[in-house]
Amino acid sequence: MAEKSLMKGNEALAEAALRAGCKCFFGYPITPQTEIAAYLSKRMPKVGGVFLQAESEVAAINMVYGCAGSGIRCMTSSSSPGISLKSEGISYIAGADLPCVIIDVMRGGPGLGGIQPSQADYYQITKGVGHGDYNIIVLAPSTVQEMADCVTKAFDLADKYRMPAVVLADGLLGQMMEPVAFDDAEIVMSDASNKPWAANGHKNARKHNIINSLYLQAPELERTIKERYERYAEIEKNEPVGVADYCDDADIVVVAYGSTARLAKSAVDEARKQGIKAGVFRPVTLYPFPKNELNAAVKNAKKVLVVEMSMGQMVDDVKLAINCSKPVDFFGRTGGVIPAPAEILAKIKEMGGNN
Amino acid sequence: MRYGRLTVVTGHYGSGKTNLSVNLAVDIAAAGEKCTVIDLDIVNPYFRTADFGKLFGDRGIALYAPVYANTNLDIPSLNIPLESILSDGGCVIIDVGGDDEGAKALGRFAPLINGYADRDMLYVINRYRYLTKEPAEAVQVMREIEWSCGIAHTGIVNNSSLGAETTADTVRDSLAFAEETAKLAGLPLRATCAIEGAMPADAPEPYVIKRHVKNLWEE
Repeated sequence: MAEKSLMKGNEALAEAALRAGCKCFFGYPITPQTEIAAYLSKRMPKVGGVFLQAESEVAAINMVYGCAGSGIRCMTSSSSPGISLKSEGISYIAGADLPCVIIDVMRGGPGLGGIQPSQADYYQITKGVGHGDYNIIVLAPSTVQEMADCVTKAFDLADKYRMPAVVLADGLLGQMMEPVAFDDAEIVMSDASNKPWAANGHKNARKHNIINSLYLQAPELERTIKERYERYAEIEKNEPVGVADYCDDADIVVVAYGSTARLAKSAVDEARKQGIKAGVFRPVTLYPFPKNELNAAVKNAKKVLVVEMSMGQMVDDVKLAINCSKPVDFFGRTGGVIPAPAEILAKIKEMGGNN
Repeated sequence: MRYGRLTVVTGHYGSGKTNLSVNLAVDIAAAGEKCTVIDLDIVNPYFRTADFGKLFGDRGIALYAPVYANTNLDIPSLNIPLESILSDGGCVIIDVGGDDEGAKALGRFAPLINGYADRDMLYVINRYRYLTKEPAEAVQVMREIEWSCGIAHTGIVNNSSLGAETTADTVRDSLAFAEETAKLAGLPLRATCAIEGAMPADAPEPYVIKRHVKNLWEE
């Protein structure tokens, strides 16, 4: 590992993308993720990559569609309202089985909402974003270092399963500064090698490849979708990740992801100091949701508490994952308000967590 | 550390300008001096001087910030009566947004600032920040800031840190970088900043700073 740098979450996302060989970035500025574009506008030309500020979010995602079709690693980033604009393109990319990485640094919604941190895009992102039968991979980091690591992983998983992968962060993670380390490896820009499906020009050396999401016959479309769902089953078997802290003997397990997981961890640390048996479980992959890992974490718990910066969008996924085997309660703040560890601790106590 | 009655704090994005500004203001107020802080950051959406309203209020430090700072309105509207602030006496600290983009907002005040005798414009450096790890890069950003605002720097402040992971070794490993940057810029090194316990014994012009506001998850 090289010497550490002090970086903003957004900068770490951007640098990690370069280091994953992301050759093309297409974006459009929006708070609180504009540093990603600002950073790449400075760095991309120095490493032989392309930085392009598109005329809109819709244009940017369609540039990603075209670029991904040529087999080159590419990325776009935005924040909540901008992701809504990209949703059509994401559906087309999934329908054409193309790998790419999309960053969503969430802010308050609905509508223009606000620029403060939020997790209210959970439904939107984990349920596929656009129209049609499909899933996308969703990774939820909770530190600046993990922001970087998740970008690398997102590119690898996107290529492996030929589908879009999203790194779902929030404004707090995007704007906070923490030390981060990257390995010393030289930056190598991606090309279409190992991607026999890529439409990248072949001088009649092979049969041409077609990138498309339109199928003229219904049975043909159904067969394509079913093949895709076989891949999703593989992903759900192989790729879930969740991190459990103090869950083995916990009476109350708090489930939270992203920056909220850090606030929950602070509350649980304080609860433990006060003799309250609380634990925290953090899903790192939101699709695939870490069902087995969550079940193991709550095995000995009496109750589960979901904490989010939303009105409780993850609650149903938690209930389904544990088959409603324990009571699931919720605490959250929304609209850009960040839940305080003291508020989470008060909720743990209200649920009967006492010493 | 030595600074003027009017001190402008600039630097690369994320170099720790706000933390330095807050520390200076608190120290000035603690010495019984009148102090005004101007948050001129039109770049950062969060984590800015305007966050320190309560800390300043408790210490009688006056704060001027962009009209819509810390609201959901992403508009850098500035309404800063600098002339009357300067004529009111006391010390004035201007916390500028990062890089040349942030310094643009300072440009409109250049005639006033350049005409004020007892002034300093301090360039804050952090060798652990990406894109300014080499002295030449740090000086390049400094020149870009000067071109952008039309005001020349008068000193360098070494604020090298790795956030919560900062130790005396972190700061010690930045001393040569700071010395080289100051030499290349042709400016005096005004201070070496470090939190308590992380100041190397041989640091030139030591200035011990505090983290006045904790992260949300540390509360």
